[in-house]
Amino acid sequence: MEQQKPKKHILVALVENKPGVLNRVASLFRRRNFNVDSLTVGRTHKPHISRMTITVDSARMDPRRIATNLFKLINVIDVAVVSQEPHVSRDLALVKVRANDAESRNSLTLICERYPARIVDIGPDVAILEIVGQEEQVEEFIEQVKPLGIVEMVRTGVVAMGRGTRILDSAYEPVVPVTSNGNGANYQQYSV
Amino acid sequence: MLLSGAEIIMECLLREGVEVMFGYPGGAILPTYDAMTKYPQIHHVLVRHEQGAGHMADGYARATGKVGVAIATSGPGATNLVTAIATAMMDSSPIVCITGQVPRGSIGTDAFQETDVTGVTLPVTKHNYLVMDVHELPYIIREAFHIARTGRPGPVLIDVPKDVQNEKIEFVYPEGELTLPGYHPPKETDHKDIEAALELIHSSERPIILAGHGILMSGAMQEVRELAERAQIPVALTLLGKGAMPEDHPLVIGMMGMHGEAASNYAIQEADLLIALGMRFDDRVTGNLNTYARKAKKIHIDIDPSEINKNVKVDVGICGDLRAVLTQLLPHVASMSHPEWLNRIRDWQEDSDERDILNQQVDKLLGAQVINDLWKFTGGDAITVTDVGQHQMLEAQYYPHKRPATLITSGGLGTMGFGLPAAIGAKFGRPDEEVWAIVGDGGFQMTLCELATAKQENVDINIAIINNAFLGMVRQWQEFFYEERYQATPMFNPDFVRLAEAYGIPAMRVTSRDQIEESVQFARSVKGPALVEYVVEKEEIVYPMVPAGADLDAMMRRPKPGEGK
Repeated sequence: MEQQKPKKHILVALVENKPGVLNRVASLFRRRNFNVDSLTVGRTHKPHISRMTITVDSARMDPRRIATNLFKLINVIDVAVVSQEPHVSRDLALVKVRANDAESRNSLTLICERYPARIVDIGPDVAILEIVGQEEQVEEFIEQVKPLGIVEMVRTGVVAMGRGTRILDSAYEPVVPVTSNGNGANYQQYSV
Repeated sequence: MLLSGAEIIMECLLREGVEVMFGYPGGAILPTYDAMTKYPQIHHVLVRHEQGAGHMADGYARATGKVGVAIATSGPGATNLVTAIATAMMDSSPIVCITGQVPRGSIGTDAFQETDVTGVTLPVTKHNYLVMDVHELPYIIREAFHIARTGRPGPVLIDVPKDVQNEKIEFVYPEGELTLPGYHPPKETDHKDIEAALELIHSSERPIILAGHGILMSGAMQEVRELAERAQIPVALTLLGKGAMPEDHPLVIGMMGMHGEAASNYAIQEADLLIALGMRFDDRVTGNLNTYARKAKKIHIDIDPSEINKNVKVDVGICGDLRAVLTQLLPHVASMSHPEWLNRIRDWQEDSDERDILNQQVDKLLGAQVINDLWKFTGGDAITVTDVGQHQMLEAQYYPHKRPATLITSGGLGTMGFGLPAAIGAKFGRPDEEVWAIVGDGGFQMTLCELATAKQENVDINIAIINNAFLGMVRQWQEFFYEERYQATPMFNPDFVRLAEAYGIPAMRVTSRDQIEESVQFARSVKGPALVEYVVEKEEIVYPMVPAGADLDAMMRRPKPGEGK
């Protein structure tokens, strides 16, 4: 089971893919004094809709307060607290570690075998490891490779999706302003 | 029809039913000002400062329930609007602000009079737009008005680059449904919540209704009155909720909160049920949240879901349009009576009457007397527009309102300088009503330049300055909490009568109570703006007072006669 008494809440927001939407969301968190652990934004299968995943510390924040406030933003189409239901969540990390002798390379390989991780680049001095998993797993993995000497690291932040047939989607289609000659005005494709 | 963006703006405003707009021209908005010459149906009021334009639009909106419109140029013109926008945001007032912006190609180059206005106003608007394509303009204006006036109303800003105003396109007005996928004012109320609310109402022995601004905005005055009368529930009002029920109604106790009626505050603390209608448990209303209404179950009905459980955890939270919810609720509300509870409240009220300054012999002219006499001589029927401070609280205490939307005041933001411009806006919205701007000497001087606007437009408002030569409310805090160190509160003031006369506005000065009736007659006799300065006692105190953050029933009260200070 993925979530027994979650330490973190995960919210997912579907937003219109328009300029400034990320700014609106970030501004909301700042002015309402919401403590956010991570925020990721990405495209969906529909070009006019983006999807945000927001994680917050459940001890400090009531996710419903965040959800109701997000919902008030005009460009936010829908919000769900996915951590309150069965869900899948993933975090991705790239970790560059020292690997300049046989012993350290060996330990890397061993650690990677125990996690959903792999070596994606290896050179004479350093290697890049990639791990994709639940946030806790990623954290544990990082602890394991720490003694080898981490020199650089990047994480995407959590993305999540409810399990089963609960679909978070919107039937919304953007309206293209009509001009007199019947052609739609040329809309530029925005990205967040 | 080939129209420029500027003409499209005017065309769309016309279709939204706009009859008046308040603004100030400048480089980046000039195309729209030029287009105004073709649309004489929309009256433009030239203000003296853009903040005034925003407050006028706000005052117009609050007086009429319609959307008020303010217009300004880019950069400083737009930033001057910010205080007024924030005021409208806090008090959920529907206004649309149109600002000019530098041409699209210059955005981001620190061009002359360029400011990131959508960035600056993002946290203080319900929504805002930067129009980058003239084809979007008609859609955006329709959306802006729709968003401003529906759901929980609020300000919307539209920033229009100069070249978008100049660009000509074939104009087609977008008819039909708007597509706002992320805008969903609440729909149906869950029947279970209604039942839960009914159960609490029917089982309570000491209920109280907290009546807020939402009642006025949803037009639920009759429903609230029916609920109160049928179940015999006393009603306490928020500042912006004044007018939700006639204040001479026997069930209405009066304002609650920091300077509310003692009886209201005691009743809230003693109640076993709060029925909060269209109010948001502001800190000025609750005092210390940890001790707030601890004996009470709580029902909260509000249109904004983010308000429910925000400050006060409630037992039943219903999100919806108040009138719609009450219409669902009312048929099931039983007739009840709470004679003991109402008697207890009456005792508190009688105690307050004994302490009331108006029932005491005072040989000086007091703000409280002025306000109460204004009430008396205007038949309690004027639209009063206040500024912020002691006079505002005295208005709330001593000018009982009978009708909705007759008190216009900056509650949430507490914006000094609001009174005069908002009164001008209110008069434009309700020209047949008697409008009084009741202002302090401090706040008045923040926006007194709008005297010129009032004169130029010959707006028939009456201005009452309650002049105590102090920033009175701050002085009161300094007296109570800073050991009477009156830092930066004594005011040098101009001769307000001669000042008004310099603007061509008839004015008079009142220094004793027996002149008040005459002053009201004088102000009423002037067709156009008139000003009366009431020179009042300098160190008057507004009682009762709940110190900020204190328990709601830990009020500082005026001593009874003979009790001493």
